[in-house]
Amino acid sequence: MGSPRERALAWLYSRPQARAWALLGPGTFWLLVFFLVPILIMFVYSLMPRGIYGGVEPGFTLEHYRRFFDPLYLDILQRTFVWSVACTVICLLLGYPVAYTIARGGKWKNMLMFLVVLPFWTSFLVRTFAMIFLLRDTGLINNWLLKLGVIQEPITMLYTPFAVMAGLVYGFLPFMILPIYASLEKLDLSLLEAAEVLGAKPAERFRRVTLPLSMPGVVAGCLLVFIPALGSFLTSDLLGGAKQMMIGNLVQNQFSAARNWPFGSAASFIVMALVLVAVMAYLRVKDKTPGEAP
Amino acid sequence: MHRVPRWIIGISVAVYAFLHVPLLVLVVFSFNDSKFSVDWTGFTLDWYYRLLQRPDILRGLKASLIVGGASTVISAILGTMIALALARHRFRGRRALEGFLYVPIVTPEIVVGISLLILFVLLGIPLGITTIIISHVAFCVSFVVIVVLARLEGMDGTLEEASMILGADEITTFRKVTVPQLWPGILSGALLAFTMSFDDFVITAFVSGSGSSTLPIVVYGMVRRNIEPSINAISTIILIVTTGLIYLADRLSREA
Repeated sequence: MGSPRERALAWLYSRPQARAWALLGPGTFWLLVFFLVPILIMFVYSLMPRGIYGGVEPGFTLEHYRRFFDPLYLDILQRTFVWSVACTVICLLLGYPVAYTIARGGKWKNMLMFLVVLPFWTSFLVRTFAMIFLLRDTGLINNWLLKLGVIQEPITMLYTPFAVMAGLVYGFLPFMILPIYASLEKLDLSLLEAAEVLGAKPAERFRRVTLPLSMPGVVAGCLLVFIPALGSFLTSDLLGGAKQMMIGNLVQNQFSAARNWPFGSAASFIVMALVLVAVMAYLRVKDKTPGEAP
Repeated sequence: MHRVPRWIIGISVAVYAFLHVPLLVLVVFSFNDSKFSVDWTGFTLDWYYRLLQRPDILRGLKASLIVGGASTVISAILGTMIALALARHRFRGRRALEGFLYVPIVTPEIVVGISLLILFVLLGIPLGITTIIISHVAFCVSFVVIVVLARLEGMDGTLEEASMILGADEITTFRKVTVPQLWPGILSGALLAFTMSFDDFVITAFVSGSGSSTLPIVVYGMVRRNIEPSINAISTIILIVTTGLIYLADRLSREA
């Protein structure tokens, strides 16, 4: 009956599930084989003894996870966590006012939004280089301060915790602004009018109306900053130098110079586990907060 | 009535400056006629000419364009197919799949990079352009799905019904009705995919062999070696390309 094309169509019509899976198949296959399976293999690697020339040997061990109780590695873990939290807090304090301004931006809204989206998509490497250009000893900031006579000697900023924090905030701030803006944008202004009519002062209106209603955006923003900060590698690599190692640098190190793949896999799996915990926490909070998450 | 307080506007202005001034400075100094100092000594295009004479930069650019092109086309096709299935079909495991699609977006790049490196080494696939493309598709697909899905949800299904009633079969309807309507969504998803592929450093660093460096890998090497104005020049070019693409994607996704 009919041409191959008609027969193929007839077959697909008779099986709705098959039609869906014909569309889904290639993409999900790709994501399974080149995203999910590799992460599972990485987890298995983290439980195997280290091979002599990189790689692993058959067997089972918890040694690589135990190593994290060594003060050296505990230090890296702690630094990564503290810096990610600090970066998130700073981004929240800077990002909320910006999101608020955009949401009340009237005709400037699209333009202001585009200016936030733009750095969000620009090369992270280029932006990190821009920080180096400003912060290094012979950089623009030191040059200007010297010329103005504010300082006599260049201030060392590059390869300090300050540089890493500046780089992290610079890199991830847009991730905070976008979701907060999305929830402020949806806020019903008549609620604020009602609060005003009922005698609430501006600070109280913010605390009791605006802030609670923008909480989903705040929580989403914190998550979107915290996660990449935890896994960041370039910022601490280029702006922090050897003394400011974060867990991402440890992972990279184990896969290049140290050639200890299972230990690197364990470090990487710890990052992944922290991320999953953060996402779960987010989903719990999201279910409890009023309003829709962006 | 509810005006934005002055101090909030003040913070916002400062934040916008913080986000954009470093990049502007970078661009301005790519035209500065001095190799070592950050004093402005005159206008020059010298650093751009020098880029053209560097074989590593040109090779990196070529590799980036090949990788970007291939991974964009593949992820645009795969992502659009998934989005169509999610918008138009009911199937088992739908919610699980929707959730799963967000996982690559929140997974730190370093995790994706090393896990793919382990996979390729384990399977004995030599590292090179192919492995970079495979990896880029893996992190781009989800973004395409989200953008195209947003477009599909805003689309009117009645035109497709009308086409079927008037006797067009499913393939014709898809080609002549669905795709033309969906096109801006697909294109804007593809532009974002290209930008991400073109910019990616961390994942690429793990899965590229020594002979297949993309542009960001070459630039990283330059930054590590010594800071020179050529880096400002190549950064400026990268900025212009990505800004242009993002502006286009933004326009396309706004188009109703």
